[in-house]
Amino acid sequence: MTDESLIHARGLVKRFGEFTAVAGIDVDVRRGEAFGFLGPNGAGKSSTMRMIGCVSPPTEGELRILGLDPRTDGPAIRGRLGVCPQLDNLDPELTVRENLTTYARFFGVPRRVARSRADELLDFVQLRERADSKVEPLSGGMKRRLTIARALVNEPEMVLLDEPTTGLDPQARHLVWERLFRLKQQGVTLVLTTHYMDEAEQLCDRLVVMDGGRIVAEGSPRSLIERYSTREVVELRFVAESQEVYADKLAGLGERVEVLPDRILLYVPDGDAAVAEVQSRSLSPASVLVRRSSLEDVFLHLTGRTLVD
Amino acid sequence: MVTLALPRLFASGGSAGRALSMVERNVSALRGAYWIVVATGLFEPVFYLLSIGVGVGALVGDIPLPGGRSVAYAVFVAPALLASSAMTGALSETTFNFFGKMKFMRLYDGILATPLRPMEIAFGELSWAMVRGSVYAAAFCVIMVAMDLTSAGRAVIAFLAAVLVGFAFGGVGLAMTTFMRSWQDFDLMSSAQFALFLFSGTFVPAESYPVVLRWLVEVTPLYRSVHLIRGISIGTWSWVQLLDVFYLLILFVGGVTVAGRRMGRLLLK
Repeated sequence: MTDESLIHARGLVKRFGEFTAVAGIDVDVRRGEAFGFLGPNGAGKSSTMRMIGCVSPPTEGELRILGLDPRTDGPAIRGRLGVCPQLDNLDPELTVRENLTTYARFFGVPRRVARSRADELLDFVQLRERADSKVEPLSGGMKRRLTIARALVNEPEMVLLDEPTTGLDPQARHLVWERLFRLKQQGVTLVLTTHYMDEAEQLCDRLVVMDGGRIVAEGSPRSLIERYSTREVVELRFVAESQEVYADKLAGLGERVEVLPDRILLYVPDGDAAVAEVQSRSLSPASVLVRRSSLEDVFLHLTGRTLVD
Repeated sequence: MVTLALPRLFASGGSAGRALSMVERNVSALRGAYWIVVATGLFEPVFYLLSIGVGVGALVGDIPLPGGRSVAYAVFVAPALLASSAMTGALSETTFNFFGKMKFMRLYDGILATPLRPMEIAFGELSWAMVRGSVYAAAFCVIMVAMDLTSAGRAVIAFLAAVLVGFAFGGVGLAMTTFMRSWQDFDLMSSAQFALFLFSGTFVPAESYPVVLRWLVEVTPLYRSVHLIRGISIGTWSWVQLLDVFYLLILFVGGVTVAGRRMGRLLLK
């Protein structure tokens, strides 16, 4: 491993009794990159994040965080990490500002520094006006922003974000993305889990797709789309009780035809050419949509639900 | 046990500081409500002292001590109330409040993502309980001296003993709480606590119990606490009180050790 490998995992396993949450994964995250764990619920993303955050001992395998061993150097590692958990666990007995200053004290940040840093972070996440409010009346988006601010009080080298925008409305999601992007520009290493494809495409330089505790694909969003999907996707809707009847008639069109209950997807290099071919077979779908292939297509292809190849 | 656990508690320099940051968090959470906290913890033993020590004491008259001396009933009861209020104060913070923070506020989930270790959180929470308990104990000692129930010098030593009692029960409280499944489990604990309060030689000398019962009573932690503090405040102490001190130290170290380990197992899954 190199010095700049902030996370280095080989054959990492996490079991809870009989249940295997993480079934042997290899991961390397380099300094300064934004790295994503993508996968459906129960894929083992959160368990992996907890092991990386040194709050869950690995069952088996090798794990080095910031070049240190979580088994023996937990406090030293955690002191250099920022963690934004999936469920906000802010302190309900403290105000917004106190949540930051008190948390900073857990990292041994001097009081005066903690106060000035709290003010800077409140500006950063746009919560300055709510500084003296309790946590309870804040909206979901505000709580999440405060949790992100809290993860930054120790000026961490690496920030772990477990589903940072799950449950937020679109405005709040975009604000969080924008702040995370700024952090990345400042050179902070970001590690996040998500099951939102747009989030992964927006934020991640590199990602792994997890399913059933294993890594099923790895690469940049672009390279994954190139490898596991086609350049374009044509979505066809037919007015019929079942889309199935049209599947045969579309056979041979593009690299892959996927029949869903409400529409048919054609994975093709050239969408317009494919639409022309559909019309030349005298099929008349009720609606036609040609779009660029997305990470979602990769994701669905890799983690199941493909019916026709 | 002491030599095993103590170095770990204070190891690696920053441990004590990290435990202290837990205390700081609790001070922030209190805010302006200091007086409510002080008042509630102090009233109970003072009310008992006035109603039973002075009120019932007027009917009971003097109590003969094993040494042959006899003392006024209030002199007999006051140190026992100091001991049991140290117990109650320590337990309320380390059981109900600790449970609420752990299970419902999920407070420690967030804190464990920082350099703090479970043992340091347990020790910090216990220290905080002791800060509260010490305020009550000090105030009660002042009242004892003012009512001429003990001398000022003995009150200072009794205060230190009460702090030790608090640490011991606090440690046990933390350890017990890590085994609690729901609030219902606390009803059992409250009953046990009340039984201890009534029967630990608090209001009646344990010598007046049947032999078997007396042995049972004499091994309970509150009896040892009452025995220690009463010996100090009345001035009848001997080497036996050292046994009490040792007993309480073991409870404290054992309690914090078990609590730290159990918290690790519960929260660091």
